Amino acid sequence: MSKKRIIVVGNGMVGHNFINTLATSDNADQFEILTFSEEPRLAYDRVQLSKYFSGASADDLALTTSDEYDGLGVVYTLNDKVVGIDADNKTITTASGRVEGYDKLVLATGSYPFVPPIPGKDQDHCLVYRTIEDLEAISASAAVSKTGVVVGGGLLGLEAANALKQAGLDTHVVEFAPRLMAVQLDEGGGKLLRRKIEDLGVSVHTEKNTKEIVAGEECRYRMNFADGSYLETDMILFSAGIRPQDELARQFGLDMGERGGIVINDYCQTSEKDIYAIGECALWDGKIYGLVAPGYQMAKVTVNHIINSLITHQDHTLSFQGADMSTKLKLLGVDVASIGDAQGRTAGAHSYIFNDDVAEVYKRLIVSADGKKLLGAVLVGEVDSYGTLLQLMLNDMDIPGNPAALILPALGDEAPAGLGVTALPDTAQICSCYDVSKGDIAGAVQGGCCTVGDIKAATKATSGCGGCSALVKQVMEAELESMGVEVDHSLCEHFAYTRVELADIIRVKGYTSFPEILKSHGKGHGCEICKPAIGSILASFNNEYVLKDDLMPLQDTNDIFLGNMQKDGTYSVVPRVPGGEITPDKLIAIGEVAKEFDLYTKITGGQRIDLFGAQLHELPKIWEKLIAAGLETGHAYGKSLRTVKSCVGSTWCRYGVLDSVGMAVALEHRYKGLRAPHKIKFGVSGCTRECAEAQSKDIGVIATESGWNLYVCGNGGMRPRHADLFATDLDDETLVKYIDRVLMFYVRTADRLQRTSVWLENLEGGLDYLKDVVINDKLAINEELENAMTKVVGTYQCEWKTTIETPEKLKRFSHFINAAESDDNLAFVRERGQRRPATEAERIELVSLDNNEPTTTK
Amino acid sequence: MSNWTKVCPLADITPDTGVCALVDGKQVAVFRYGEGETVYAISNYDPFGNANVLSRGIVGSLGERPVVASPLYKQHFDLSNGECLEDAEKSIAAYQVRIEAGVVEVAAA
Ligand code: SRM
Ligand SMILES: Cc1cc2nc3c(=O)[nH]c(=O)nc-3n(C[C@H](O)[C@H](O)[C@H](O)COP(=O)(O)OP(=O)(O)OC[C@H]3O[C@@H](n4cnc5c(N)ncnc54)[C@H](O)[C@@H]3O)c2cc1C
Ligand code: SF4
Ligand code: FES
Repeated sequence: MSKKRIIVVGNGMVGHNFINTLATSDNADQFEILTFSEEPRLAYDRVQLSKYFSGASADDLALTTSDEYDGLGVVYTLNDKVVGIDADNKTITTASGRVEGYDKLVLATGSYPFVPPIPGKDQDHCLVYRTIEDLEAISASAAVSKTGVVVGGGLLGLEAANALKQAGLDTHVVEFAPRLMAVQLDEGGGKLLRRKIEDLGVSVHTEKNTKEIVAGEECRYRMNFADGSYLETDMILFSAGIRPQDELARQFGLDMGERGGIVINDYCQTSEKDIYAIGECALWDGKIYGLVAPGYQMAKVTVNHIINSLITHQDHTLSFQGADMSTKLKLLGVDVASIGDAQGRTAGAHSYIFNDDVAEVYKRLIVSADGKKLLGAVLVGEVDSYGTLLQLMLNDMDIPGNPAALILPALGDEAPAGLGVTALPDTAQICSCYDVSKGDIAGAVQGGCCTVGDIKAATKATSGCGGCSALVKQVMEAELESMGVEVDHSLCEHFAYTRVELADIIRVKGYTSFPEILKSHGKGHGCEICKPAIGSILASFNNEYVLKDDLMPLQDTNDIFLGNMQKDGTYSVVPRVPGGEITPDKLIAIGEVAKEFDLYTKITGGQRIDLFGAQLHELPKIWEKLIAAGLETGHAYGKSLRTVKSCVGSTWCRYGVLDSVGMAVALEHRYKGLRAPHKIKFGVSGCTRECAEAQSKDIGVIATESGWNLYVCGNGGMRPRHADLFATDLDDETLVKYIDRVLMFYVRTADRLQRTSVWLENLEGGLDYLKDVVINDKLAINEELENAMTKVVGTYQCEWKTTIETPEKLKRFSHFINAAESDDNLAFVRERGQRRPATEAERIELVSLDNNEPTTTK
Repeated sequence: MSNWTKVCPLADITPDTGVCALVDGKQVAVFRYGEGETVYAISNYDPFGNANVLSRGIVGSLGERPVVASPLYKQHFDLSNGECLEDAEKSIAAYQVRIEAGVVEVAAA
């Protein structure tokens, strides 16, 4: 029997999903699959398109590769639009003139951005947002623009606004309706979203109907609105909705919806039984679905229908029954979610509304007339309950207890209301992108999966938008636990405890050394995970000299030689410069040392000076000189207090209201040497202009007219987080007290290598709980926390000073224990007047052949 | 015939740490494993970071094997035979080592 020929028009997200499903099905060898795309590349992830602006390349977004298609036997043609269908003879024609016959034709042509018919809309810097080529055009235009306007305040429009803002443009959103995201949000939610977005610096203009686009005076263009007002801008991005790409179907006689869209039945067949339509071009029950998940469902139904009707001749087991349009997303950093009947249109529905103007959270529940079922929800600012609420609605479950509890913040001791994943039925859909149910995940766990990674590989869950990861993990853990498998939170193979548990054990039992702890609570010989973790806990509580004989083996790469190891095995030297304030004499001393030892010198991002390229045997000599000049170790190597960044403050600055440098210096001296689960950084600014960037630090302090505002748990680095405002207008004493408590509580309860930002995000009860502990002494431990900090402050020592004064410790500071030579593998070159490590290529040139293992240079 | 080089008194190596010795022109990382007299010797050269640093890594065990974790990127090397646990192709040399009258000796021939 010859193979059946399937032609797929369009290789977008849904077309690709269809091809992939068919080509990997049990009957794949019975089919010959051809696909034509108008775009110059194979399918890519449109959902993640905006990542292109944060550095993702076209390859990163690709959903497949030509090799993969070749491997599956899929024949593809790019850059060739299908322009004709002959349903009678079952052939298609392409723009390049090719004619191909089919047994079944699948239209997956997607949609195109709608541009309102405004005079002037066709100018150079008037763009849309749908393809990679569009993004390239937007980038190019942004590079020569200062101001940008997005027309359309819906989901995509706001995403586009984010892109313009990231590109550094002064960004505006112009919306025809009275509020943002009118489809997904209600009035209250839309209002809060608007406020939050405006706080981020994006201007929002609602109820504006653009009449024309003309040449501007200040900017490239001027948009004149129907109400007589206007806005000037250098570029315009239209995001005013999408229209189904249905011209082919329209021209060749398929049934169409009144306002477009190719009409399909429950099996995704069009009015021609051998032609299917799936994805955004299809109209089912009068509806177009502008999301991928319903498209993927259509693809699945179509594959099933084609196999059943051509090969197995069975009844059709799958049919398309509509799809849920609930969404959860982050728009310009603001969490927004919409579930079901978000506008409360169902007859007799009641609502519950929770609105917190201070924390900027809005939540609304729409509940059935009898109060038993959840019909919809709007969440802005805080969307943690999305998974729970969505499951309640989708599975038509009874609301447990009082509906209000589902949106009220947890007060006092109550755990936040919700329902455990165990309550969900097996059919509950957990991952909508890949239609993975709770039962599928349970099956995968029974099949041996025990990490989220395994589940992802086995079911694809979490590999789409990723929104389901938390829920997938919960379902997996619940399933593992129900199978009697203990979910492993062990630190490593030597300790079956978490860092927090170990910290409690050490504190309560008063342990002071690793062997004691290993003997009583661990096994084996330890490793590079548990040793530094326990070393850090011991240091936090006991604050002994870190190179003491029984502590030394616990120290990580950097601590063990009190310097940061560089790629070639040399070290960097960073003296402490409290608050960034330094005398000319100390500057000169640093300069002299750098010059004498030929160290590469650089100002760090933390307001101090780093000297690079010191060899082991040089470290003690360098520090001897620095200490003699009155400098101390900066702990740049430790998981400990790093720097307290300051601005110049009231001493010199005409706006400063308090002495930020004085406070920064005092804080740095107080907490220097404090070892913690991860490094800790502070910032102190003299007024709200915030020149010290305190809100990006673990501890941020900002002066006000009436005291200090304290911010906690900010982070720069890999995943930046703005610090949360913790308390306002504090006097010096209270400020220090609060910081003592927050830091010690962090030391006690954080995970290994967890910065304060992630710690807070994982702390049950969050910021409110932390406030309760620190300000209201909820756990009655404040005295203990303060005493613990007093002990650390009182036992501070400059580790380099102690080392220099301890001759046996100095023995270790030489490359060889039995020879005076230095490492012969080091090679340097000079650049911009300083020494730096040679690159591999430079090394080869410098190679000296007198030594054969390993390649060495002098 | 092994050619033994005296490296240092055992007491000079803090338990569960390493030192680097120069033996016949080779850089050898010598580790004292535990409080007692167990010692190991492997090459000091980290083939991932291309630097002579292994003697400065953290000593421990993985399963039954005594290992050191490279201080640069944390790959593990078996102290008894130099095998790299993450990538056997990047295994390194191991050397004979003994204690004679309280002094550690290595044979790098
Ligand atoms: C030297 C310096 C870069 C510079 O030339 O300016 C630097 C250099 C290193 N940083 Fe940094 N960071 C430096 C400022 C920063 C800053 C800016 C700041 O502190 O204001 C940040 C972002 C702020 C923050 O931490 O929230 C920063 C975020 C990181 C991170 C990411 C942390 C995170 O939570 O995402 C790492 C990796 C880590 O710690 O795991 C890191 C790690 C490192 C390490 C330790 C990587 C390593 O293990 O070799 C670098 C070695 C330093 C050395 O050899 O002395 N460095 N690093 C800066 C030293 C500041 C100082 O005076 O101590
Ligand atoms: C910026 C952005 C963000 C989005 N975010 C989300 C999100 O968070 N969640 C979500 O669910 N959805 C999101 N979407 C929507 C999602 O991308 C679409 O639902 C999905 O891509 C639809 O897939 P499709 O295959 O139907 O259409 P498309 O992916 O558009 O693919 C159709 C393809 O067919 C080609 N084509 C059209 N006509 C022809 C022809 N005659 N001949 C040959 N080729 C043709 C087109 O060039 C195109 O390549 C987003 C969309 C955009 C643009
Ligand atoms: S934060 Fe305020 S006081 Fe500090 S330098 Fe800036 S303007 Fe001056
Ligand atoms: S819901 Fe999108 S990846 Fe699971």
